[in-house]
Amino acid sequence: MADIENAVELKNVVKRYGEFTAVQRMDLTVPDNSFVTFLGPSGCGKTTTLRMIAGLTDISEGDLLIRGNRVNALPIHKRNLGLVFQNYALFPHKTIYENIAFGLKYRKVAKSDIRDKVNRALDLVQLPHVADRYPNQLSGGQQQRIALARAIVIEPDVLLLDEPLSALDANLREEMRVELKRIQRELGIATVFVTHDQSEALAMSDKLVVMNNGIVEQEGAPEDVYNNPASAFVADFLGHSNIIPATLGGPDAAFTKVMLQSGETLVTIPEQTAKANGAKDVRAVIRAEKIDLSDQNNAADGVITIPGKIKTVDYLGQQARYFVTANGRDWQVINPIDAHPHQEGADVFMHIAARNCVLLPGHHD
Amino acid sequence: MAADVAGARRTPWVLLSPSLATISLLLIIPMMFIVVYSFWLRTATGADQVGFFLDNWIEVLGDRFYRDILFQTFAIAFYTTVICALIGYIPAYFVANTPMKSKTFLLLMLMLPFWISYIIRTMSWINILGASGALNTLFVSIGIIDEPIQMLYNQTTVVLGLVHYLLPFMILNVYVSLDGIDKNLTEAAQSLGCTGFQAFREVTLPLSFPGLAAGSLLCFVLAAGTYITPVILGGPRDAMFANLVFEAIVTQLNWPLGSALSLVLLALLGALVVIYTRYLGVDQIAKSFK
Ligand SMILES: Nc1ncnc2c1ncn2[C@@H]1O[C@H](COP(=O)(O)OP(=O)(O)OP(=O)(O)O)[C@@H](O)[C@H]1O
Ligand SMILES: [Mg+2]
Repeated sequence: MADIENAVELKNVVKRYGEFTAVQRMDLTVPDNSFVTFLGPSGCGKTTTLRMIAGLTDISEGDLLIRGNRVNALPIHKRNLGLVFQNYALFPHKTIYENIAFGLKYRKVAKSDIRDKVNRALDLVQLPHVADRYPNQLSGGQQQRIALARAIVIEPDVLLLDEPLSALDANLREEMRVELKRIQRELGIATVFVTHDQSEALAMSDKLVVMNNGIVEQEGAPEDVYNNPASAFVADFLGHSNIIPATLGGPDAAFTKVMLQSGETLVTIPEQTAKANGAKDVRAVIRAEKIDLSDQNNAADGVITIPGKIKTVDYLGQQARYFVTANGRDWQVINPIDAHPHQEGADVFMHIAARNCVLLPGHHD
Repeated sequence: MAADVAGARRTPWVLLSPSLATISLLLIIPMMFIVVYSFWLRTATGADQVGFFLDNWIEVLGDRFYRDILFQTFAIAFYTTVICALIGYIPAYFVANTPMKSKTFLLLMLMLPFWISYIIRTMSWINILGASGALNTLFVSIGIIDEPIQMLYNQTTVVLGLVHYLLPFMILNVYVSLDGIDKNLTEAAQSLGCTGFQAFREVTLPLSFPGLAAGSLLCFVLAAGTYITPVILGGPRDAMFANLVFEAIVTQLNWPLGSALSLVLLALLGALVVIYTRYLGVDQIAKSFK
């Protein structure tokens, strides 16, 4: 009990398709009971990684461990995994009952136990009355719940979900997201969830893995990844960020200046943080919603003010997205709307708190 | 408004009219002629007597000879269909599971036999199985047999020829339904504990059944109506029903009898198609032609 067991562990896993490397050196752990999300742009290797864990695709190099056992060569039907697909993949010629009972039948569970387990699974996904129907008699959301029930009823070591919500419409998706998370918590089942929807990823994960071009760009708790992006890619991909080329100025007591290329000071940050980054040329990452727009210059202590002019306004309902011209470049700012959004062409002041500025090494993308 | 509705109601008929005209002209009207013919009577002089005689029908439906040939025809068609289904499934499965690029090529290869006349393809068996054909020559030369053996001109060679002719139809039908099966389904089955073979039995096979059914119907109907294969590869006792029709009409010039015979075959095969589609659902069969 002392050490945290890992449900899944990837060690230096590589996947090549001929000349093309889809996954390069993946090191990854899925801790027990946790919800891990793979997030990344299309083609970055999320599905490939998931399929390698499932045993649907073989691994070119490296080791895959499930519950501490190396399973590289173990065929899929012996891995005890729950798999949920984007298109549900329910057996169309079998009833809902038969669909859910399928895995239990192959595990040689007794008939009466199968009935109990299937009924419990149907209760869990809140569809107790559909056992005798066929999949095409259910709505998309219901089919996805049944697919989930079919995957969890076998009590798998790991639940693998490849974009299970992306075929559903926005409202249903929201509902299913909550549902899925509830079920996962209730069962305490280690889960790998693939998505390219960042709000989904941020809302659901215990651990977020951001991938790009077959590598892990960053992993960690969602708020850590969100607030402290480790690379420009992560900063850019998660939410809306301003990535500003800057130079570290001379130390001034305990603080270092981060200066814009125009020579103006962007922020001053604790010396420690600046040192840690090492380089002199840096990029400052400031999230769009971490900049306060105001029509007055009323900066508090430790907050830098940059004057600018609003170029365009996107009205988004509760908030608005502004493009502000300041310092010879465009800044993205997302602010809640108080009474009225700021008007196009208005002169505004951008307030940026030092702690909301994350530094990345290097000037160039 | 009213005119619009009437117009909308007329449109399908307008659009259908070319096909309806073609079907009537080439199928329904000639068929009427056959029906009418079947009630005429051929007299001893060789001339047809116009009228309403039931003589042909009584002969066709009452004579054991015709019934036996009918059973033989259906037996041959049945064996052919079963063999086509058994050996056609494998290449269909193989083609459905090859990558897209080679798939096109393989499908083209499947079509290739259609470019050669069916008669020539059937006759090629004579060069293989005949007295001086490839197999006999080989066996004699390596000393397994002293004399060429008679392999041709029996029911087996008729079935062989029909399988050769009809296999591509079966393969294409099965292929279409196999190709439409979502690969995720077998993967899901395997993740739930099936071996590859069990997943095939649980998922792929039942889901390919519509294609197998459609292919079987097509093979059976085409085999039951065949005329050339028994002529080329069958012996005197292996006649099929269509040979009787040929015999009556072309050899004996007895159009009324031939008409009655052909209507019997048409009615039986038609009934088969109707029962079949009832059982399996028309849309199931239509699906695999999609
Ligand atoms: N069977 C294959 N043969 C060759 N290349 C492949 C194969 N499968 C995937 N790839 C390539 O591997 C890369 C990663 O694919 P993968 O399906 O893992 O992406 P993904 O992150 O799941 O993307 P998406 O969000 O679009 O689903 C892609 O560039 C893809 O073209
Ligand atoms: Mg994918």
